[in-house]
Amino acid sequence: MRSATPWSDVVTYLVEATGETLYMVGVSTVIATVLGVPVGVWLQLTAKGGLRPNAAVHRVLSFVTDLGRSMPFIVLLVALTSVTRLIVGGSIGSTAVIVPLAVGAIPFVGRLVQNILSEVHVTVVEAAITTGASTLKIVRSVLIRESLPALINAIGVTVIALIGYSAMAGVIGGGGLGDLAIREGYQRFNDRILWSTVAWLAVLTTVIQLGFTRAARASDRRRHASV
Amino acid sequence: MITVENLTKSFQGVNALNGVTLDVQAGTVLGVVGPSGAGKSTLARCVALLERPDSGAIRVDGTDITSLDGSALRAARRQIGVVPQGDSLLRQRTAAGNIALPLESAGVPGPQRRSRVGELLDLVGLTDKAGAYPDQLSGGQRQRIAVARALAANPSVLLADEPTSALDPETTGSVLTVLDRARAELGVTVLVVTHDMGVVRKICDDVAVLEQGRVVEHGKVLDLVGDAGSRTSSALLPAVDLNPVNESSYDRVADVVLVGFAAVGALLPEVANRFGVELNIVGGGLTRLGETPVARFRLGLNGERSDSALEWISEAGGAVQRSLKGPQGVAA
Ligand SMILES: Nc1ncnc2c1ncn2[C@@H]1O[C@H](COP(=O)(O)OP(=O)(O)OP(=O)(O)O)[C@@H](O)[C@H]1O
Ligand SMILES: [Mg+2]
Repeated sequence: MRSATPWSDVVTYLVEATGETLYMVGVSTVIATVLGVPVGVWLQLTAKGGLRPNAAVHRVLSFVTDLGRSMPFIVLLVALTSVTRLIVGGSIGSTAVIVPLAVGAIPFVGRLVQNILSEVHVTVVEAAITTGASTLKIVRSVLIRESLPALINAIGVTVIALIGYSAMAGVIGGGGLGDLAIREGYQRFNDRILWSTVAWLAVLTTVIQLGFTRAARASDRRRHASV
Repeated sequence: MITVENLTKSFQGVNALNGVTLDVQAGTVLGVVGPSGAGKSTLARCVALLERPDSGAIRVDGTDITSLDGSALRAARRQIGVVPQGDSLLRQRTAAGNIALPLESAGVPGPQRRSRVGELLDLVGLTDKAGAYPDQLSGGQRQRIAVARALAANPSVLLADEPTSALDPETTGSVLTVLDRARAELGVTVLVVTHDMGVVRKICDDVAVLEQGRVVEHGKVLDLVGDAGSRTSSALLPAVDLNPVNESSYDRVADVVLVGFAAVGALLPEVANRFGVELNIVGGGLTRLGETPVARFRLGLNGERSDSALEWISEAGGAVQRSLKGPQGVAA
């Protein structure tokens, strides 16, 4: 029996692990958004009834996307080791985790984005077409702007999902909250660290979720509906 | 002005348009009517350049626009303002922002854009709603904003597909007024697709009746109402046979259509005077087409010169549609 870890040490652990998690998740979310939104747009443009329907391109893109989504993250994490080394110059640590996280999240974001964009009513899109707007203009001002609230929520969902995936980062020494709970808490039978981390993760994800919900609502002009 | 020549379009074996030919003179309003499935929306979508016809031409001021691509296609789209069927406004943009969309597509710079949007809000009578979002507007107001948007880039043609189908009669009036103003103040050529003959009655100069992808009737509304057999006259004019007429009490019974203030107001008293006949209105009534009063009466005439009286009516501009009693087809 050893005495429980002092609370001050628990806090130090948590602060450090939170920093790592936010770093891994933050950067990979940005990358997944920057690359995943275009994938979603492309999926929707080439879909049947889209602005540039193209069955062949759509099918290939769909296949790759769904393949990426069905890949278990832990597999991606180890399978991408050499790619990771090529990109970040190493295959260990928080930065190294960003690569598989982002790669895993791109198809995830892509599908979410396509589903959201497909919800924009065809009359609204066709009305924009008849104004002589270019495809790029319609994508920006109609598809994306009209679904911005849902897109912001989708990014929120992605962040939460990535926090979950990042728990496996410990496998390649990425650290973070999940790793703290598993390695320091679970494997060393340190209940205080385990449950503090679990509680803190719950708080963190709730706050993040709330932040995205707020931002989504702030971007939504429909809330101004007559009172 | 816009000309549609021999337009055909089929969907998986369904011939939606079967050689449609019609024209709309510059600055006039054409109503395209017809039963469900006649091809009205297909025609509208072809003219709106949302659908490519299988064959035929659509000419705007002489130029065929059916086979354009890329930037030429987008430029042609700016020539044709479209009010689509149903809710078509961007819900995340204000009324003013929605009207500005075609101007952005056309690359009109900010200050000019704002002043143009102001003019259009004024035209549709919604200046005070510039900052309102679509969810804060009524259906009629949204539709008027859609008309303003369609007119923003100064198109020469305005196309509206069922612009009033979702509206109550009062709101319908406000939308039709706006379409009529667009024609009167901006001189645009208007093509309005509708299943509502009330729209034709209120704002259309011309009408085209579509059935099974074919134009079965096309002409000026005021001409067509004088033709007893036309679909337009039966749809727009008051019924003459609501009350049974005791034909034995008259020498002649005939239906006449009178168009315009002068004819409606003065023709019948004058004819009674001039020919010394007794003249009774036994059926029908008065209506208005746009600003023009139009009457369809069933007349019962007594007197020796009844035939001459009917002949004179038709020479004076009234259409004598049908002699129910007496020699058929008097001066018809
Ligand atoms: N995209 C399409 N795919 C298959 N068939 C179509 C399509 N669009 C129209 N049609 C068919 O073409 C015919 C004409 O349709 P259209 O929508 O033009 O009629 P409409 O006169 O507008 O009818 P309504 O008054 O009901 O709106 C119909 O038989 C319809 O089923
Ligand atoms: Mg229709």
